[in-house]
Amino acid sequence: MKTTYKNVFKQGPISSEFIGASIAKHQSKTGIGAHNIFLGQVRADEIDGKAVAAIEYTAYEEMANKKFHDIRETTFEKFNLTCMHIYHSLGTVKTGEICLFVFVSSPRRKDVFKALEYVVEAIKKEAPVFGKEIFEDQSHQWKVNS
Amino acid sequence: MHIEIKYFGMLAEVTGCSSEILELSVTPVSGLKEFLFKKHPGLQQKDFRIAQNQELVSEETMLTGQEIAILPPFAGG
Repeated sequence: MKTTYKNVFKQGPISSEFIGASIAKHQSKTGIGAHNIFLGQVRADEIDGKAVAAIEYTAYEEMANKKFHDIRETTFEKFNLTCMHIYHSLGTVKTGEICLFVFVSSPRRKDVFKALEYVVEAIKKEAPVFGKEIFEDQSHQWKVNS
Repeated sequence: MHIEIKYFGMLAEVTGCSSEILELSVTPVSGLKEFLFKKHPGLQQKDFRIAQNQELVSEETMLTGQEIAILPPFAGG
């Protein structure tokens, strides 16, 4: 039997309204004393005099959702968290728009600082997500995480 | 055996397709790589990893014929 994992992907950029609504939803979870949020934003890198205008994201979605699931499980084992949410864009995200939203919550601050860095680094390293950097003249190159 | 190979990102550009069915004898991953280099010489200059059943595998892993994907460097976030 094939396990279905939670879908982390959203089509297009992640809006500030969506992020705001996610924060609001936590007001009922009164055991939480600290949230920490990472927002990845598409940067207008300049390469050979040409500026990046957007990144077009694709992914090996089944494997990526499984990896995101594994990262989530490992993070809950390592840190004392109340909850965690991860969203990643697919498709075109223009410069200045948000492509990754990671949200961790805990009773206390120390756990969220450490947990957030752990999650973001694991995503960059382990999730099979691919990015095509589209320049203003519509030419492109493939992004590689450093 | 028939195996379906999926290509992602820049590798789909190199091979000109996002997936294809190949006829292969039982082989470790290294054998699959040799086969792919002959079929798509452009792959030889590319950095990639291979996943079987959604897990990265090494050169020595035997192919079971299920869900093989050729993955370029990751760029999430």
